[in-house]
Amino acid sequence: MGNYIKDRKPADDEWMPFTGLEEADSLPAGDIYVPLEEWVAARGMLLGRNSRLGVSLKNTDDLTLIKDDLERLDLIVLEFPKMADGRAFTQARLLRDRYGFKGEIRATGDVLHDQLFYMQRCGFNAFELRSGEDLTGSLKAFTEMTVTYQPATDEEFPIWRRDT
Amino acid sequence: MYQYSEQDHQLLLERVEQFRGQVQRRLKGQLSEDEFKQQRLRNGLYLQLHAYMLRVAIPYGLLSAEQMRTLAHIARKYDKGYGHFSTRQNIQYNWPQLEDVPDILDDLAAVEMHAIQTSGNCIRNTTSDPLAGVARDELEDPRPYCELIRQWSTFHPEFNFLPRKFKIAVSGAIHDRAAVAVHDIGLRLVNNAENETGFEIYVGGGLGRTPMIGKLIRDFLPKEDMLTYLEAILRVYNQLGRRDNLYKARIKILVHETGEDEFRALVEEEWQKIKATGLHLREQDIDRIKAFFVDPEYDDLPDTDREFENQILSNPDFARWADKNIELHKQSGYRVVYLSLKSAHQPPGDVTADQMDAIADLADKYSLSQIRTTHRQNLVLSDVKLQDLHALWLELKKLDLATPNYNHMTDIISCPGLDFCALATARSIPISQEITNRFDDYDFVNDLGDLSINISGCINACGHHHVANIGILGVNKKGTEVYQLTLGGSAREDASIGKIIGPAFEADQIVDAVSDVLTVYLDKREDPEETFLTTYRRIGQPPFKEKLYG
Repeated sequence: MGNYIKDRKPADDEWMPFTGLEEADSLPAGDIYVPLEEWVAARGMLLGRNSRLGVSLKNTDDLTLIKDDLERLDLIVLEFPKMADGRAFTQARLLRDRYGFKGEIRATGDVLHDQLFYMQRCGFNAFELRSGEDLTGSLKAFTEMTVTYQPATDEEFPIWRRDT
Repeated sequence: MYQYSEQDHQLLLERVEQFRGQVQRRLKGQLSEDEFKQQRLRNGLYLQLHAYMLRVAIPYGLLSAEQMRTLAHIARKYDKGYGHFSTRQNIQYNWPQLEDVPDILDDLAAVEMHAIQTSGNCIRNTTSDPLAGVARDELEDPRPYCELIRQWSTFHPEFNFLPRKFKIAVSGAIHDRAAVAVHDIGLRLVNNAENETGFEIYVGGGLGRTPMIGKLIRDFLPKEDMLTYLEAILRVYNQLGRRDNLYKARIKILVHETGEDEFRALVEEEWQKIKATGLHLREQDIDRIKAFFVDPEYDDLPDTDREFENQILSNPDFARWADKNIELHKQSGYRVVYLSLKSAHQPPGDVTADQMDAIADLADKYSLSQIRTTHRQNLVLSDVKLQDLHALWLELKKLDLATPNYNHMTDIISCPGLDFCALATARSIPISQEITNRFDDYDFVNDLGDLSINISGCINACGHHHVANIGILGVNKKGTEVYQLTLGGSAREDASIGKIIGPAFEADQIVDAVSDVLTVYLDKREDPEETFLTTYRRIGQPPFKEKLYG
């Protein structure tokens, strides 16, 4: 078993990260995702491909650079360089709430049990746990808290509006 | 006060279990100390110089008598028999064992209390005016808005890993008793030209090593937009706040470096996109929360009481206390009573378990079973009948809680300093006690009038020395603790940052230096009504400098 969770279950990762893109011929078969700079540089070539595509973003990257391509993208990978760096929470919320992205939003980097609850509320549905994390134990994170007060990607209304 | 719903209770129980799991993972070595730190801090648990320190949230400073008894029980069972009330209206315990903390949280949850977000880089417990709901100068009770902010900010998924800690204060009165200008966000209820009530929004205040007064970024925000606007500010901060340098990560630096106008434009732009979302407050949402804060049933009483007047005339000690520690109440026949936690016998803000129990009993007996905590580290019984004041005073005296010094020089704010704190570089409690002892003379303190002295044991400024009329900052200079003086600060509606006056003083000189400052004031004031701050603002530093340094 790996360290990948999708839709609250352990899963096999079908995606291949790819960098060093020069020509269409150099691309591997199957589903790939590339860093934002390479997406911007080789967008046309990539869009001509007949497989699923993803983009990985740093937490300082500008989401508006991909907002018109979201229909064509199946995966967006967002990075937590340190668990304490929470910028990707905002990126995920904007992707879901503002730009309506429906595909997979994946958390990578310093991803630990204790952030999964917050991540899923912000729109992440896939997680590459940091190595060493207990995958089975981490699944509990999705259910150990059941009450939420404020709206987020999973709830349109705050708690005081949900039953009225 | 706000009564927990089933879901509020459920959330606390789940949080206790979650934290119990985190402690177990730490004890089994599955979480490194560094990772556990991220978790424990979000639950108010610090590792201090000698032990863990647990900070318990007191949302907007409001406690029931029952909650106070639980705080006493925790002090007795899990600590050394006392607790410490902080400048942010919370209570801190200095000696809990890590293994006991989940049980402490269980005990707290039973009375609707917790330690959620009392530290860590998240939105902290919201603070407010300790006289909320009873003040004569109040436009509107700020507590329902604090409660809405509490709910919105609790486990906010997007803003739980911010660049730095984030503090919000709300005030609803003409006079600012919540220090809104020195918070990351300060909200003040105001009326606009159409006589509607809304908020002034201040952003980017704070103390620490770069003290700043908050900037007014919106002069009128309709109440129903409060949470969407806060969300917009937090979103801008989460994305743009600096994370490369711990000391430049607060929102005050972002506002300063971005520029006030540009920052305002960023917030407004974000807000326009979210102002109509589910977080927009409907009138009925505000009314529902307001219903928890309706006025209690007050007796219909005259605003004078002959017996009280006689007691004042016949007992000078009682008269002094009544003059200093009692405030007018919006309800005729009632008064607000300050319980001074600034006697010469305990560190500022400290209360023993026995005192806590006794205070709870007094609240039941005399003040509608509620207690408030203040920004200046005191307690308040907010609804005392005029006719009960003398009886209450007699009981407070026995408890050493009747020092007549509210808002006077011995009402000192002090951080725990080097005696407890891992960050401190100098002691602060002994200095505060030395000052209190030296000036333990009612007539002298009374003559000085409204005057604040605050002491911090390091540059992080937990003792808020920057906003004291006379601020004292302890620093370590080549292995010696020395103390810098700042003059002219204020944390009220005329907020200002005090200025350092000159070279620091040795520990055995600092109290003399304070005495010199007071001498200059007494000499230069135009009449006894002119406060220290007014005099200082009129004459500036030179006369003080001359006296201190010759």
